[in-house]
Amino acid sequence: MTKWPAAFARFWYQFLVGDTPELAIGVALIVGASWALSRTVGAAPFWFGPVAVVALLSVSLRRGASRRGG
Amino acid sequence: MTGTLLVALAVFGACAVEMVEALTIVLAAGLTRGWRSALEGAAVAVICLAVVVAALGPSLIHYVPLDVLRTVVGGLLLVLGLQWLRKALLRASGFVAKKDEDVIYHREVERLSKVPRTNSGRDAVGFAISFKGVLLEGTEVVMIVLTLGLSSGHLAVASLAALAAVIVVGAVGVAVSRQLREVPENTMKLGVGLMLVSFGTFWGGEGVGVHWPGADLSLLWLLAGYVALSWVATRILNHARPSSSVAEAR
Repeated sequence: MTKWPAAFARFWYQFLVGDTPELAIGVALIVGASWALSRTVGAAPFWFGPVAVVALLSVSLRRGASRRGG
Repeated sequence: MTGTLLVALAVFGACAVEMVEALTIVLAAGLTRGWRSALEGAAVAVICLAVVVAALGPSLIHYVPLDVLRTVVGGLLLVLGLQWLRKALLRASGFVAKKDEDVIYHREVERLSKVPRTNSGRDAVGFAISFKGVLLEGTEVVMIVLTLGLSSGHLAVASLAALAAVIVVGAVGVAVSRQLREVPENTMKLGVGLMLVSFGTFWGGEGVGVHWPGADLSLLWLLAGYVALSWVATRILNHARPSSSVAEAR
């Protein structure tokens, strides 16, 4: 009975983080930085999100390729 | 209109991809443990998933401010979309093995055939395997239906698109039975990943007050930009991969 919360948490961790923690952390940083910009300078410039996403995907692909490329 | 159509396409594509994976499990359970138990397990799982959407959808709209909802939803869509896009690009360039539903199907059939059957009534193993397979694959679809549906204000459209995918893939699955390897799963995953990342960027930005040039039409240039990026990334990865390291299908 005490095991299901742990199993539930493990399921969601695997679902959202899994073997790509850099994506979960990166997205949290992008959203956080956009929110911080909206509080300080009014709003984040529209190009900030797409550029940050492209950079994040590039880092993650590089990590994935170097792990599997041998 | 553009946003609504893209929402419907993204949900349909995501649901179709997950349905192909669920169908592999249901077919294996049906052929080895009996169709009645397998279909009942799948039907109960679909009902559970529909109840989750019906229960969570309206309450989230009523109790969570739209900007907060869009920021959280944008983040979730970005995580899911980037995971799909990354996997599809690494598979397309040979760094990760492509999924072969036929291999998975035969593995499941072999595993299920070894478990002894009860003589009468419903087969608990067939029911459980089918239920679990559909429920687990469907969880991602529920997330996508809820996030895309709530942010766009078109929860009904998103739900109907998911239902349409269930019907279409189910019907095609019955027709082609075990020829699931013919489904271009990786291409579908790439397309859906691109749409999820575009929506995630757009709504995540809207939630924190970004003013997109062209409003909803920004979704189109975001999508075009990410498509171009994926094309470039695939070419770079193809050049970077040593010729001897093409991953085998699994």
